[in-house]
Amino acid sequence: MTPVLPDDADVVIRIRGLDNGFGDQTVHEGLDLDVRRGEIIGVVGGSGTGKSVLMRSIIGLQTPRAGSISIFGEDVAHLDAAAAKDMRRRWGVLFQEGALFSSLTVAENIEVPMREFLSLPQELMDEFAGYKVAMVGLPVEAGPKFPSELSGGMKKRAGLARALALDPRLLFLDEPTAGLDPISAAAFDELIKVLKETLGLTVFLITHDLDTLHAICDRVAVLADKKVLAVGTIPELLTFDHPWVKEYFAGPRGRAATPKSKAA
Amino acid sequence: MNTVALAVFFEDDAGTGGARRLTLHGRLTMAHIGDIAGPLRALAPGGGTLAIDLGPVDRIDTAGAWMVHRLVTDWSAAGVPATVENASDDAKRLIAEVATNDKPMAVRPPAGNPAIVRLERIGGAVVLASDNIGNFLAFLGQTLVVLGQTLIRRRSLRWNAFIHQCESIGVNALGIVGLLLFLVGMVVAQQGAVQLRQFGAEVFVVNLIGRSTFRELGILLTAIMVAGRSSSAFAAQIGSMKLNQEIDAMEIIGMSPIEVLVVPRVLAMGLMLLMLGFYGAFMAVLGGGLYVWVALDIPPVSYVQRLQEVVPLSDFVIGLVKAPVFGVVIAMMGCFQGMQVTGNAESVGARTTRAVVESIFVVIVLDAFFAVFFSALGFN
Repeated sequence: MTPVLPDDADVVIRIRGLDNGFGDQTVHEGLDLDVRRGEIIGVVGGSGTGKSVLMRSIIGLQTPRAGSISIFGEDVAHLDAAAAKDMRRRWGVLFQEGALFSSLTVAENIEVPMREFLSLPQELMDEFAGYKVAMVGLPVEAGPKFPSELSGGMKKRAGLARALALDPRLLFLDEPTAGLDPISAAAFDELIKVLKETLGLTVFLITHDLDTLHAICDRVAVLADKKVLAVGTIPELLTFDHPWVKEYFAGPRGRAATPKSKAA
Repeated sequence: MNTVALAVFFEDDAGTGGARRLTLHGRLTMAHIGDIAGPLRALAPGGGTLAIDLGPVDRIDTAGAWMVHRLVTDWSAAGVPATVENASDDAKRLIAEVATNDKPMAVRPPAGNPAIVRLERIGGAVVLASDNIGNFLAFLGQTLVVLGQTLIRRRSLRWNAFIHQCESIGVNALGIVGLLLFLVGMVVAQQGAVQLRQFGAEVFVVNLIGRSTFRELGILLTAIMVAGRSSSAFAAQIGSMKLNQEIDAMEIIGMSPIEVLVVPRVLAMGLMLLMLGFYGAFMAVLGGGLYVWVALDIPPVSYVQRLQEVVPLSDFVIGLVKAPVFGVVIAMMGCFQGMQVTGNAESVGARTTRAVVESIFVVIVLDAFFAVFFSALGFN
């Protein structure tokens, strides 16, 4: 259950000795984590344990105080501008509220990364946007709509379509099911699982949602005490001896989310 | 290994009955699809059958799968049966995935008839304007009621908020208003001196400074400055509170947002603009005085004496009478626009802009009205 995998493992994200903080406050101290290729890793932790900060430092929105982060085997701190831009094509990020550009329609939002990185004919980009919209389970009528005309769940799906615009190999999701009703949340879980299987994605998923963890995560990383305390499947974590982990998975909500077959 | 996707097209008529074969190489991915999209689309369907060989493809993603899918559907639609050969499991899965998601989609909302769109926009603007007037009157009424209740002590004035607003509207504006008016005073003196010198009447620069600043420029420029500073701040503060549902929370708790937010701002603005207007006029006179001292050799003592002779008390009073009126109007505009915020953050920006533009506009219109009014009363 150690967060560090052997050196020969097929790893997409490798984090070693990460330190993060704001002012006097330390968020991470000596954090290690490995993410395998092709897995969905769920990151859980109490509020304020720095889940979002961890994601932001991996994708380069937050400069860590110390430590190294390598993605696809390249150290992201030491990339030049061109290489960093190239790296950004290889991942997609879904922010909590979708973070769609409000002045563009959903379809145009999906075309933004294509326009930025590739020179494709407009007609082809429109076709690509079309199947991406359908792929994330939005009706085609949503394509020409502006983000303000969409519901929260639809915004997240549209944000996911934009994250998938360039067919990335790595997908970051920040609380994808937060604020969705249980039916939409379950459908979103299913969608992520299907996309992961068809597109061969590696998914880094921050969530509070125990149902999501049970439904789609291959492994779960627990963030506590300023580092990744343990990584493993949920049955493995159930045996892990730490008060927060026990409370989280064996508490009333944790038990409620456990599928009956596994609990038996 | 090819990094670029290549299309090789064989037409093999001999013995195969018009069967054609298309072999794709390299990486059929988003990054490289641009190179072959044009040539692939340019292929005109023909022959008997088409076989698309994906054997030499290194990598494929949804973009590549989409190109293959479109090739198959386009050629099939043209009457040439097309098949995919030697596809890897990944490729098969991706092609099936994009095929199920092949639905025609519009990228932008339909544009509509331009004439009708134009008419609709005009109609919308008229409705919006009348709505706005109605809402503003309602807001004005509510505010006046609460103000009246505050005056007859049925409601308490929020003294903390009032003092805080006085600080941010008045004290914090001292620097910028002072500097602005000081410079304007100097410019008026300098430009006036250039013109009056032609008649040998440079000494009348003092009349120009005294009469223009106390009655008009001092208070008008201060009001415009404060409108830009504070009415935008009011609109943005109240607007973001509205977005954050803080206004709703106040109502639920039983606090009147008008009482808590609007009345202290309106009263503070009225009082502070009165004081800032006086201060602004004083700074302008100071700036002009400095210029005439340095450039025209009129010493401060004569400058002040001359000011006393040429500036009637009525000018000073008229300037100060206008100030609180401007202040109340600016504050009402800012608070009103803040209260009108709905929906998203973009609306805060739009309303803030409107607050500034409209309050400056109304201040200038009111100033023109006051000028005509006081002239008609005989104060020249």
